[in-house]
Amino acid sequence: MASTASGTAPPPRSLPVVDKDSQTFWTAGEQGELKIYRCQDCAYYIHPPVRFCPQCESRRVEPEAVSGKGHVVSFSINHQQWVPGLPVPYVLALVGIAEQDDVRLVTNIMNCPPEEVSFGMPVKVYFEQVEDLWVPLFEPDSEGAPRP
Amino acid sequence: MTYGEKNTAITGIGQSEVSRGSDKSALELTVDAALGAIRDAGLTRADIDGIATWPGADNNTSGFSPVGVAQIQDALRLKLNWYGAGGEVPGQYGAVFNAIGAISAGLARNVLIYRTMYEATARKTSFANSLVKGGERQAGIFLWYAPYYNYAAALQQSLMFNLYVHKSGIRPEQVGQIAVNQRRNASLNPAAVYRTPITIEDYLNSRMIATPLRLFDCDVPIDGSTAIIVSRMDVARDGPNVPIRIEAIGSSMQYRNSWVQLDALDTQAQPKVAEMMWSRTDLKPKDVDIAQLYDGFSFHTINWLENFGFCERYGAKDFIEGGTRIALEGELPINTGGGALSAGRLHAYGAVHEACTQLWGRGGDRQVKKPLNVCATSTAGGPLAGAMLLVKD
Ligand SMILES: [Zn+2]
Repeated sequence: MASTASGTAPPPRSLPVVDKDSQTFWTAGEQGELKIYRCQDCAYYIHPPVRFCPQCESRRVEPEAVSGKGHVVSFSINHQQWVPGLPVPYVLALVGIAEQDDVRLVTNIMNCPPEEVSFGMPVKVYFEQVEDLWVPLFEPDSEGAPRP
Repeated sequence: MTYGEKNTAITGIGQSEVSRGSDKSALELTVDAALGAIRDAGLTRADIDGIATWPGADNNTSGFSPVGVAQIQDALRLKLNWYGAGGEVPGQYGAVFNAIGAISAGLARNVLIYRTMYEATARKTSFANSLVKGGERQAGIFLWYAPYYNYAAALQQSLMFNLYVHKSGIRPEQVGQIAVNQRRNASLNPAAVYRTPITIEDYLNSRMIATPLRLFDCDVPIDGSTAIIVSRMDVARDGPNVPIRIEAIGSSMQYRNSWVQLDALDTQAQPKVAEMMWSRTDLKPKDVDIAQLYDGFSFHTINWLENFGFCERYGAKDFIEGGTRIALEGELPINTGGGALSAGRLHAYGAVHEACTQLWGRGGDRQVKKPLNVCATSTAGGPLAGAMLLVKD
Protein backbone atom coordinates (compact mmCIF):
# COMPACT_ATOMS: atom_id res chain seq x y z
CA MET A 1 0.00 0.00 0.00
CA ALA A 2 1.41 3.34 -1.00
CA SER A 3 1.15 6.79 0.47
CA THR A 4 1.43 5.84 4.11
CA ALA A 5 3.78 7.37 6.58
CA SER A 6 4.42 4.35 8.76
CA GLY A 7 6.75 2.51 6.39
CA THR A 8 5.54 -0.87 7.65
CA ALA A 9 4.46 -3.58 5.24
CA PRO A 10 0.67 -3.72 4.89
CA PRO A 11 -1.18 -6.95 5.63
CA PRO A 12 -1.65 -9.18 2.58
CA ARG A 13 -4.63 -8.35 0.39
CA SER A 14 -7.61 -10.70 0.77
CA LEU A 15 -8.61 -12.37 -2.45
CA PRO A 16 -11.98 -13.14 -3.99
CA VAL A 17 -13.36 -16.51 -4.96
CA VAL A 18 -12.97 -16.66 -8.75
CA ASP A 19 -15.51 -18.35 -11.03
CA LYS A 20 -15.72 -19.04 -14.75
CA ASP A 21 -17.01 -15.56 -15.50
CA SER A 22 -14.71 -13.53 -13.21
CA GLN A 23 -11.52 -15.47 -14.02
CA THR A 24 -10.54 -13.12 -16.85
CA PHE A 25 -11.07 -9.98 -14.78
CA TRP A 26 -8.75 -11.15 -12.02
CA THR A 27 -6.03 -12.63 -14.25
CA ALA A 28 -5.77 -10.41 -17.38
CA GLY A 29 -3.48 -8.12 -15.43
CA GLU A 30 -0.69 -10.64 -16.10
CA GLN A 31 -0.66 -9.22 -19.64
CA GLY A 32 -1.16 -5.69 -18.28
CA GLU A 33 -4.74 -5.61 -19.49
CA LEU A 34 -8.02 -4.72 -17.82
CA LYS A 35 -10.65 -6.91 -19.44
CA ILE A 36 -14.41 -6.35 -19.17
CA TYR A 37 -17.17 -8.50 -20.68
CA ARG A 38 -18.68 -6.90 -23.79
CA CYS A 39 -21.71 -7.70 -25.92
CA GLN A 40 -20.54 -8.70 -29.41
CA ASP A 41 -23.84 -7.56 -30.91
CA CYS A 42 -24.49 -4.13 -29.39
CA ALA A 43 -21.07 -3.34 -27.83
CA TYR A 44 -22.46 -2.82 -24.30
CA TYR A 45 -20.02 -3.56 -21.46
CA ILE A 46 -21.38 -5.94 -18.81
CA HIS A 47 -20.04 -5.93 -15.27
CA PRO A 48 -20.07 -7.94 -13.06
CA PRO A 49 -19.34 -10.38 -15.89
CA VAL A 50 -22.10 -12.65 -17.16
CA ARG A 51 -22.75 -13.91 -20.66
CA PHE A 52 -26.05 -12.12 -21.11
CA CYS A 53 -26.55 -8.62 -22.47
CA PRO A 54 -29.28 -6.78 -20.55
CA GLN A 55 -29.55 -4.27 -23.43
CA CYS A 56 -30.20 -6.60 -26.40
CA GLU A 57 -30.46 -10.05 -24.75
CA SER A 58 -27.56 -11.37 -26.79
CA ARG A 59 -25.64 -14.31 -25.36
CA ARG A 60 -22.60 -13.46 -27.50
CA VAL A 61 -20.51 -11.84 -24.79
CA GLU A 62 -16.70 -11.90 -24.60
CA PRO A 63 -14.03 -10.25 -22.44
CA GLU A 64 -12.34 -7.31 -24.16
CA ALA A 65 -9.45 -5.14 -23.08
CA VAL A 66 -10.44 -1.58 -22.21
CA SER A 67 -8.20 1.49 -21.98
CA GLY A 68 -7.65 1.15 -18.24
CA LYS A 69 -8.56 4.80 -17.82
CA GLY A 70 -11.40 6.09 -15.71
CA HIS A 71 -12.46 8.55 -13.05
CA VAL A 72 -13.16 8.51 -9.33
CA VAL A 73 -16.93 8.18 -8.82
CA SER A 74 -16.62 8.20 -5.04
CA PHE A 75 -14.02 7.51 -2.39
CA SER A 76 -13.38 7.46 1.33
CA ILE A 77 -10.17 8.09 3.21
CA ASN A 78 -9.90 5.35 5.81
CA HIS A 79 -8.33 6.38 9.12
CA GLN A 80 -9.28 3.48 11.38
CA GLN A 81 -6.65 0.81 11.93
CA TRP A 82 -8.96 -2.18 11.63
CA VAL A 83 -6.19 -4.75 12.12
CA PRO A 84 -2.71 -4.51 13.66
CA GLY A 85 -0.11 -3.30 11.19
CA LEU A 86 -2.61 -1.76 8.79
CA PRO A 87 -0.98 1.43 7.46
CA VAL A 88 -3.42 4.33 7.50
CA PRO A 89 -4.70 6.49 5.97
CA TYR A 90 -5.56 4.87 2.66
CA VAL A 91 -8.23 5.39 0.02
CA LEU A 92 -11.05 3.02 -0.92
CA ALA A 93 -12.77 4.14 -4.11
CA LEU A 94 -15.25 3.39 -6.84
CA VAL A 95 -13.89 4.08 -10.32
CA GLY A 96 -16.00 4.39 -13.46
CA ILE A 97 -14.26 3.16 -16.59
CA ALA A 98 -13.78 5.63 -19.45
CA GLU A 99 -15.66 3.45 -21.92
CA GLN A 100 -19.01 3.26 -20.10
CA ASP A 101 -20.45 5.08 -17.07
CA ASP A 102 -22.27 2.16 -15.51
CA VAL A 103 -19.22 -0.07 -15.17
CA ARG A 104 -17.82 0.65 -11.73
CA LEU A 105 -14.83 -1.00 -10.12
CA VAL A 106 -13.90 -1.09 -6.45
CA THR A 107 -10.27 -0.18 -5.93
CA ASN A 108 -7.66 1.62 -3.87
CA ILE A 109 -6.28 4.88 -5.22
CA MET A 110 -2.52 4.44 -4.99
CA ASN A 111 0.60 6.54 -5.52
CA CYS A 112 -1.24 9.66 -4.43
CA PRO A 113 -1.54 11.39 -1.05
CA PRO A 114 -5.05 10.55 0.23
CA GLU A 115 -5.92 14.22 0.74
CA GLU A 116 -5.30 14.87 -2.98
CA VAL A 117 -7.89 12.33 -4.17
CA SER A 118 -11.00 14.08 -5.50
CA PHE A 119 -14.38 13.36 -7.09
CA GLY A 120 -14.06 13.01 -10.86
CA MET A 121 -10.28 12.73 -10.68
CA PRO A 122 -8.81 10.96 -13.75
CA VAL A 123 -7.09 7.68 -12.92
CA LYS A 124 -5.47 4.79 -14.76
CA VAL A 125 -5.12 1.13 -13.92
CA TYR A 126 -2.09 -0.91 -12.94
CA PHE A 127 -1.88 -4.34 -11.39
CA GLU A 128 -0.46 -5.98 -8.31
CA GLN A 129 0.06 -9.73 -8.34
CA VAL A 130 -1.21 -11.51 -5.23
CA GLU A 131 -0.83 -15.28 -5.35
CA ASP A 132 -2.39 -16.37 -8.67
CA LEU A 133 -4.42 -13.20 -9.25
CA TRP A 134 -3.62 -9.73 -10.62
CA VAL A 135 -5.49 -7.12 -8.59
CA PRO A 136 -6.48 -3.96 -10.51
CA LEU A 137 -5.41 -0.79 -8.70
CA PHE A 138 -5.69 2.81 -9.87
CA GLU A 139 -3.36 5.81 -9.70
CA PRO A 140 -3.62 9.41 -10.91
CA ASP A 141 -3.64 9.82 -14.70
CA SER A 142 -1.76 13.03 -15.41
CA GLU A 143 -2.92 12.96 -19.04
CA GLY A 144 -6.63 12.64 -18.23
CA ALA A 145 -9.20 15.35 -17.69
CA PRO A 146 -11.31 15.46 -14.51
CA ARG A 147 -15.00 14.61 -14.74
CA PRO A 148 -17.28 17.44 -13.59
CA MET B 1 -56.94 -3.15 -4.89
CA THR B 2 -56.68 -4.36 -1.31
CA TYR B 3 -53.25 -4.10 0.19
CA GLY B 4 -52.43 -7.00 2.51
CA GLU B 5 -50.62 -4.91 5.09
CA LYS B 6 -53.83 -3.00 5.89
CA ASN B 7 -55.23 -6.19 7.39
CA THR B 8 -52.34 -6.47 9.87
CA ALA B 9 -51.27 -4.65 13.02
CA ILE B 10 -48.61 -4.69 15.69
CA THR B 11 -50.26 -5.85 18.90
CA GLY B 12 -47.39 -6.29 21.32
CA ILE B 13 -43.72 -5.44 21.80
CA GLY B 14 -40.95 -6.85 23.96
CA GLN B 15 -37.30 -6.16 24.53
CA SER B 16 -34.59 -7.82 26.54
CA GLU B 17 -32.06 -5.87 28.53
CA VAL B 18 -29.67 -4.18 26.11
CA SER B 19 -26.02 -4.04 27.08
CA ARG B 20 -22.40 -3.83 26.03
CA GLY B 21 -21.94 -7.37 27.34
CA SER B 22 -24.71 -9.55 28.71
CA ASP B 23 -24.71 -12.14 31.51
CA LYS B 24 -27.34 -14.03 29.53
CA SER B 25 -27.05 -16.12 26.38
CA ALA B 26 -28.36 -14.82 23.08
CA LEU B 27 -31.15 -17.39 23.24
CA GLU B 28 -32.24 -16.31 26.71
CA LEU B 29 -32.29 -12.67 25.60
CA THR B 30 -34.53 -13.75 22.73
CA VAL B 31 -36.81 -15.61 25.14
CA ASP B 32 -37.04 -12.46 27.27
CA ALA B 33 -38.03 -10.34 24.27
CA ALA B 34 -40.47 -12.92 22.85
CA LEU B 35 -42.27 -13.57 26.15
CA GLY B 36 -42.49 -9.83 26.72
CA ALA B 37 -44.10 -9.26 23.33
CA ILE B 38 -46.51 -12.20 23.67
CA ARG B 39 -47.61 -11.02 27.12
CA ASP B 40 -47.90 -7.40 25.95
CA ALA B 41 -50.25 -8.51 23.16
CA GLY B 42 -52.44 -10.28 25.69
CA LEU B 43 -51.57 -13.63 24.17
CA THR B 44 -50.04 -16.88 25.34
CA ARG B 45 -47.49 -19.12 23.65
CA ALA B 46 -50.39 -21.19 22.29
CA ASP B 47 -51.66 -18.21 20.29
CA ILE B 48 -48.45 -17.81 18.28
CA ASP B 49 -48.81 -19.65 14.98
CA GLY B 50 -46.03 -18.01 12.97
CA ILE B 51 -42.43 -16.80 13.33
CA ALA B 52 -40.45 -14.47 11.11
CA THR B 53 -36.97 -13.06 11.58
CA TRP B 54 -34.15 -11.38 9.69
CA PRO B 55 -31.80 -12.82 8.56
CA GLY B 56 -32.13 -16.10 10.48
CA ALA B 57 -29.35 -18.01 12.16
CA ASP B 58 -26.00 -17.22 10.57
CA ASN B 59 -24.36 -20.23 12.17
CA ASN B 60 -21.11 -18.50 13.10
CA THR B 61 -19.60 -16.69 16.06
CA SER B 62 -20.01 -13.13 14.78
CA GLY B 63 -23.00 -12.40 17.01
CA PHE B 64 -24.74 -10.80 14.01
CA SER B 65 -27.65 -13.22 14.09
CA PRO B 66 -27.05 -15.94 16.64
CA VAL B 67 -30.62 -17.19 17.15
CA GLY B 68 -32.55 -18.85 14.34
CA VAL B 69 -36.20 -19.76 14.06
CA ALA B 70 -35.52 -23.34 15.10
CA GLN B 71 -33.93 -22.41 18.43
CA ILE B 72 -36.66 -20.05 19.58
CA GLN B 73 -39.43 -22.30 18.30
CA ASP B 74 -38.00 -25.17 20.31
CA ALA B 75 -37.17 -23.14 23.41
CA LEU B 76 -40.76 -21.88 23.59
CA ARG B 77 -42.19 -25.18 22.25
CA LEU B 78 -44.31 -23.23 19.77
CA LYS B 79 -46.67 -24.99 17.39
CA LEU B 80 -46.51 -23.10 14.10
CA ASN B 81 -48.46 -23.10 10.88
CA TRP B 82 -45.87 -20.92 9.14
CA TYR B 83 -42.32 -19.69 9.66
CA GLY B 84 -39.70 -18.01 7.59
CA ALA B 85 -36.32 -16.30 7.82
CA GLY B 86 -33.96 -14.95 5.23
CA GLY B 87 -31.57 -12.13 4.53
CA GLU B 88 -32.38 -11.50 0.87
CA VAL B 89 -35.35 -9.27 1.58
CA PRO B 90 -35.92 -5.49 1.75
CA GLY B 91 -33.61 -5.01 4.73
CA GLN B 92 -34.49 -5.97 8.27
CA TYR B 93 -38.19 -5.23 7.75
CA GLY B 94 -38.32 -8.02 5.20
CA ALA B 95 -39.32 -10.27 8.11
CA VAL B 96 -42.38 -8.09 8.74
CA PHE B 97 -43.24 -8.08 5.04
CA ASN B 98 -43.01 -11.87 4.98
CA ALA B 99 -45.32 -12.04 7.99
CA ILE B 100 -47.82 -9.79 6.20
CA GLY B 101 -47.71 -12.22 3.28
CA ALA B 102 -48.28 -15.19 5.56
CA ILE B 103 -51.21 -13.53 7.32
CA SER B 104 -52.72 -12.47 3.98
CA ALA B 105 -52.39 -16.04 2.72
CA GLY B 106 -54.25 -17.36 5.73
CA LEU B 107 -51.17 -19.12 7.05
CA ALA B 108 -50.99 -17.37 10.42
CA ARG B 109 -52.92 -15.09 12.78
CA ASN B 110 -50.27 -13.99 15.28
CA VAL B 111 -46.67 -13.88 14.05
CA LEU B 112 -43.75 -13.49 16.44
CA ILE B 113 -41.05 -11.38 14.77
CA TYR B 114 -37.70 -10.91 16.47
CA ARG B 115 -34.17 -9.66 15.90
CA THR B 116 -31.36 -10.70 18.22
CA MET B 117 -27.80 -9.41 18.21
CA TYR B 118 -24.90 -10.56 20.37
CA GLU B 119 -22.08 -8.52 18.88
CA ALA B 120 -20.90 -6.91 22.10
CA THR B 121 -19.91 -10.25 23.57
CA ALA B 122 -18.74 -11.62 20.23
CA ARG B 123 -16.28 -8.77 19.77
CA LYS B 124 -14.72 -9.45 23.15
CA THR B 125 -13.88 -13.00 22.14
CA SER B 126 -13.37 -14.33 18.65
CA PHE B 127 -14.68 -11.68 16.37
CA ALA B 128 -12.59 -8.98 14.72
CA ASN B 129 -14.79 -7.61 11.95
CA SER B 130 -17.50 -8.73 9.61
CA LEU B 131 -16.30 -8.13 6.07
CA VAL B 132 -12.88 -9.80 5.88
CA LYS B 133 -12.22 -13.29 7.12
CA GLY B 134 -8.55 -14.15 7.28
CA GLY B 135 -7.15 -17.12 5.46
CA GLU B 136 -10.01 -17.77 3.09
CA ARG B 137 -11.07 -16.34 -0.25
CA GLN B 138 -14.03 -14.01 -0.07
CA ALA B 139 -17.38 -14.93 -1.57
CA GLY B 140 -20.77 -13.29 -1.50
CA ILE B 141 -22.02 -9.75 -1.90
CA PHE B 142 -18.70 -8.10 -0.97
CA LEU B 143 -16.58 -10.27 -3.27
CA TRP B 144 -15.63 -7.34 -5.50
CA TYR B 145 -14.31 -5.47 -2.46
CA ALA B 146 -12.12 -8.37 -1.33
CA PRO B 147 -8.59 -7.17 -2.20
CA TYR B 148 -9.03 -3.55 -1.20
CA TYR B 149 -8.69 -3.50 2.60
CA ASN B 150 -12.43 -3.12 3.05
CA TYR B 151 -12.67 -4.17 6.67
CA ALA B 152 -15.99 -2.74 7.77
CA ALA B 153 -19.36 -1.42 6.73
CA ALA B 154 -18.27 1.98 8.04
CA LEU B 155 -15.63 2.22 5.35
CA GLN B 156 -17.56 0.58 2.55
CA GLN B 157 -20.73 2.61 3.09
CA SER B 158 -18.69 5.80 3.31
CA LEU B 159 -18.39 5.51 -0.47
CA MET B 160 -22.07 6.44 -0.57
CA PHE B 161 -21.99 8.98 2.25
CA ASN B 162 -18.98 10.86 0.88
CA LEU B 163 -20.66 11.26 -2.50
CA TYR B 164 -23.75 12.54 -0.69
CA VAL B 165 -21.61 15.10 1.14
CA HIS B 166 -20.05 16.13 -2.17
CA LYS B 167 -23.41 16.58 -3.89
CA SER B 168 -25.39 18.09 -1.01
CA GLY B 169 -22.74 20.31 0.56
CA ILE B 170 -23.79 19.20 4.05
CA ARG B 171 -21.32 20.34 6.74
CA PRO B 172 -20.02 18.25 9.66
CA GLU B 173 -21.71 20.47 12.26
CA GLN B 174 -25.01 19.76 10.50
CA VAL B 175 -24.42 16.00 10.28
CA GLY B 176 -23.56 16.00 13.98
CA GLN B 177 -27.06 17.13 14.92
CA ILE B 178 -28.24 13.56 14.38
CA ALA B 179 -25.83 12.13 16.96
CA VAL B 180 -26.34 14.99 19.44
CA ASN B 181 -30.16 14.82 19.23
CA GLN B 182 -30.21 11.06 19.66
CA ARG B 183 -27.89 11.13 22.65
CA ARG B 184 -30.17 13.70 24.25
CA ASN B 185 -33.14 11.38 23.65
CA ALA B 186 -31.14 8.44 25.02
CA SER B 187 -30.41 10.39 28.20
CA LEU B 188 -34.16 10.17 28.86
CA ASN B 189 -34.37 6.45 28.00
CA PRO B 190 -33.36 4.16 30.89
CA ALA B 191 -32.81 1.25 28.46
CA ALA B 192 -30.26 3.07 26.27
CA VAL B 193 -26.61 1.99 26.45
CA TYR B 194 -25.08 5.50 26.14
CA ARG B 195 -26.91 8.16 28.12
CA THR B 196 -24.44 10.97 28.77
CA PRO B 197 -25.35 13.93 26.55
CA ILE B 198 -22.81 15.08 23.97
CA THR B 199 -22.30 18.45 22.30
CA ILE B 200 -21.54 19.35 18.72
CA GLU B 201 -17.96 19.98 19.85
CA ASP B 202 -17.79 16.40 21.20
CA TYR B 203 -19.05 15.20 17.85
CA LEU B 204 -16.54 17.24 15.86
CA ASN B 205 -13.75 16.03 18.15
CA SER B 206 -14.70 12.36 17.87
CA ARG B 207 -12.18 10.47 15.80
CA MET B 208 -12.52 10.07 12.07
CA ILE B 209 -13.21 6.46 11.07
CA ALA B 210 -13.46 6.84 7.30
CA THR B 211 -14.36 10.15 5.69
CA PRO B 212 -16.99 11.45 6.25
CA LEU B 213 -17.87 9.10 9.15
CA ARG B 214 -16.79 10.01 12.66
CA LEU B 215 -17.08 7.64 15.60
CA PHE B 216 -20.34 9.25 16.77
CA ASP B 217 -21.90 8.65 13.33
CA CYS B 218 -21.68 4.90 13.90
CA ASP B 219 -24.15 2.73 15.79
CA VAL B 220 -23.17 0.71 18.83
CA PRO B 221 -22.80 -3.09 18.87
CA ILE B 222 -24.81 -4.57 21.73
CA ASP B 223 -26.21 -7.76 23.17
CA GLY B 224 -29.98 -7.62 23.00
CA SER B 225 -33.18 -8.77 21.41
CA THR B 226 -36.39 -7.10 20.29
CA ALA B 227 -39.65 -8.88 19.48
CA ILE B 228 -42.97 -7.72 18.10
CA ILE B 229 -46.25 -9.50 17.44
CA VAL B 230 -47.93 -8.82 14.10
CA SER B 231 -51.56 -9.99 14.10
CA ARG B 232 -54.42 -10.22 11.65
CA MET B 233 -56.60 -7.13 12.07
CA ASP B 234 -59.69 -8.86 13.50
CA VAL B 235 -57.53 -10.71 16.03
CA ALA B 236 -55.64 -7.51 16.84
CA ARG B 237 -58.83 -5.71 17.84
CA ASP B 238 -59.46 -8.33 20.55
CA GLY B 239 -56.20 -7.48 22.32
CA PRO B 240 -55.49 -5.14 25.24
CA ASN B 241 -53.51 -2.60 23.19
CA VAL B 242 -54.87 -0.26 20.58
CA PRO B 243 -53.66 -1.98 17.41
CA ILE B 244 -50.90 -0.20 15.53
CA ARG B 245 -51.92 -0.74 11.95
CA ILE B 246 -49.37 -1.31 9.22
CA GLU B 247 -50.85 1.31 6.91
CA ALA B 248 -48.37 0.93 4.04
CA ILE B 249 -45.06 -0.67 3.21
CA GLY B 250 -42.27 -0.07 0.73
CA SER B 251 -40.45 -3.24 -0.32
CA SER B 252 -39.31 -2.64 -3.88
CA MET B 253 -36.07 -3.41 -5.68
CA GLN B 254 -36.07 -1.04 -8.65
CA TYR B 255 -32.34 -0.30 -8.74
CA ARG B 256 -29.35 -2.49 -9.46
CA ASN B 257 -29.13 -4.43 -6.21
CA SER B 258 -25.37 -4.20 -5.79
CA TRP B 259 -23.04 -2.60 -3.27
CA VAL B 260 -20.86 -1.56 -6.24
CA GLN B 261 -23.15 -0.93 -9.19
CA LEU B 262 -26.11 0.60 -7.31
CA ASP B 263 -27.44 3.23 -9.71
CA ALA B 264 -28.60 5.55 -6.92
CA LEU B 265 -25.33 5.81 -5.06
CA ASP B 266 -25.78 9.02 -3.10
CA THR B 267 -29.48 8.57 -2.29
CA GLN B 268 -29.10 4.81 -1.79
CA ALA B 269 -32.03 2.60 -2.78
CA GLN B 270 -34.46 4.57 -0.66
CA PRO B 271 -36.34 6.88 -3.07
CA LYS B 272 -38.35 4.26 -4.93
CA VAL B 273 -39.00 2.31 -1.72
CA ALA B 274 -40.45 5.44 -0.09
CA GLU B 275 -42.38 6.18 -3.29
CA MET B 276 -43.94 2.71 -3.14
CA MET B 277 -44.94 3.20 0.49
CA TRP B 278 -46.64 6.53 -0.21
CA SER B 279 -48.42 5.00 -3.23
CA ARG B 280 -50.23 2.59 -0.90
CA THR B 281 -51.79 5.18 1.40
CA ASP B 282 -53.73 8.44 1.30
CA LEU B 283 -51.50 9.83 4.03
CA LYS B 284 -48.74 12.30 3.13
CA PRO B 285 -45.42 13.24 4.72
CA LYS B 286 -47.13 16.19 6.47
CA ASP B 287 -49.41 13.71 8.30
CA VAL B 288 -46.46 12.01 10.02
CA ASP B 289 -46.13 12.84 13.73
CA ILE B 290 -42.80 11.12 14.47
CA ALA B 291 -40.24 9.13 12.52
CA GLN B 292 -37.97 6.28 13.55
CA LEU B 293 -35.39 6.25 10.78
CA TYR B 294 -32.64 3.73 10.24
CA ASP B 295 -29.40 4.89 11.77
CA GLY B 296 -26.80 2.21 11.28
CA PHE B 297 -24.89 5.35 10.38
CA SER B 298 -26.22 8.87 10.87
CA PHE B 299 -26.13 9.43 7.12
CA HIS B 300 -28.80 6.78 6.64
CA THR B 301 -31.10 8.90 8.78
CA ILE B 302 -30.22 12.03 6.81
CA ASN B 303 -30.93 10.20 3.55
CA TRP B 304 -34.29 8.90 4.80
CA LEU B 305 -35.41 12.42 5.82
CA GLU B 306 -35.08 13.43 2.17
CA ASN B 307 -36.26 10.23 0.59
CA PHE B 308 -39.43 10.06 2.68
CA GLY B 309 -40.16 13.61 1.53
CA PHE B 310 -39.86 15.37 4.90
CA CYS B 311 -37.57 17.82 3.14
CA GLU B 312 -36.37 18.24 -0.41
CA ARG B 313 -33.42 16.54 -2.10
CA TYR B 314 -30.21 17.76 -0.46
CA GLY B 315 -32.35 19.82 1.91
CA ALA B 316 -31.70 17.70 5.00
CA LYS B 317 -28.77 19.89 5.97
CA ASP B 318 -31.11 22.83 6.47
CA PHE B 319 -33.85 20.67 8.02
CA ILE B 320 -31.56 19.38 10.78
CA GLU B 321 -29.56 22.61 11.23
CA GLY B 322 -29.52 23.44 14.92
CA GLY B 323 -31.42 20.25 15.72
CA THR B 324 -34.70 21.86 16.82
CA ARG B 325 -37.02 20.39 14.14
CA ILE B 326 -35.95 16.81 14.91
CA ALA B 327 -35.93 17.16 18.72
CA LEU B 328 -38.64 15.69 20.99
CA GLU B 329 -40.34 19.12 21.02
CA GLY B 330 -39.85 19.72 17.30
CA GLU B 331 -42.12 19.42 14.29
CA LEU B 332 -40.77 15.96 13.43
CA PRO B 333 -39.18 14.19 16.41
CA ILE B 334 -36.92 11.41 15.13
CA ASN B 335 -35.28 8.40 16.77
CA THR B 336 -36.89 9.36 20.04
CA GLY B 337 -35.34 6.61 22.15
CA GLY B 338 -31.77 7.37 21.11
CA GLY B 339 -31.73 5.10 18.08
CA ALA B 340 -28.99 2.66 17.27
CA LEU B 341 -26.38 5.38 17.75
CA SER B 342 -27.08 5.67 21.48
CA ALA B 343 -29.66 3.06 22.53
CA GLY B 344 -27.81 0.28 20.70
CA ARG B 345 -27.76 -1.62 17.44
CA LEU B 346 -31.10 -3.41 17.70
CA HIS B 347 -31.03 -3.22 13.94
CA ALA B 348 -34.27 -1.49 12.94
CA TYR B 349 -36.38 -3.44 15.42
CA GLY B 350 -35.32 -1.00 18.11
CA ALA B 351 -36.96 1.59 15.85
CA VAL B 352 -40.22 -0.38 15.60
CA HIS B 353 -40.20 -0.92 19.37
CA GLU B 354 -39.74 2.80 19.94
CA ALA B 355 -42.44 3.67 17.39
CA CYS B 356 -44.97 1.57 19.29
CA THR B 357 -43.71 2.83 22.67
CA GLN B 358 -44.39 6.40 21.56
CA LEU B 359 -47.72 5.69 19.82
CA TRP B 360 -48.92 3.91 22.96
CA GLY B 361 -47.76 6.79 25.16
CA ARG B 362 -45.30 4.69 27.14
CA GLY B 363 -42.26 6.88 26.52
CA GLY B 364 -41.91 8.19 30.08
CA ASP B 365 -39.48 11.11 30.24
CA ARG B 366 -38.92 10.93 26.48
CA GLN B 367 -42.60 10.77 25.52
CA VAL B 368 -43.39 13.23 22.76
CA LYS B 369 -45.96 15.62 24.19
CA LYS B 370 -48.14 16.27 21.14
CA PRO B 371 -50.84 13.72 20.21
CA LEU B 372 -49.33 10.88 18.17
CA ASN B 373 -51.06 8.81 15.53
CA VAL B 374 -48.69 8.27 12.62
CA CYS B 375 -45.08 7.10 12.60
CA ALA B 376 -42.89 6.57 9.54
CA THR B 377 -40.13 4.05 10.00
CA SER B 378 -37.42 2.75 7.73
CA THR B 379 -34.58 0.36 7.53
CA ALA B 380 -31.29 -0.32 5.82
CA GLY B 381 -28.99 1.41 3.40
CA GLY B 382 -27.06 0.91 0.20
CA PRO B 383 -28.99 -1.28 -2.23
CA LEU B 384 -31.34 -2.42 0.55
CA ALA B 385 -34.25 -0.47 1.91
CA GLY B 386 -37.59 -1.11 3.55
CA ALA B 387 -40.22 1.31 4.83
CA MET B 388 -43.39 1.17 6.88
CA LEU B 389 -46.04 3.65 7.85
CA LEU B 390 -47.56 2.79 11.24
CA VAL B 391 -50.90 4.24 12.33
CA LYS B 392 -52.67 3.95 15.66
CA ASP B 393 -56.08 2.35 15.02
ZN1 LIG C 1 -26.06 -6.37 -26.43
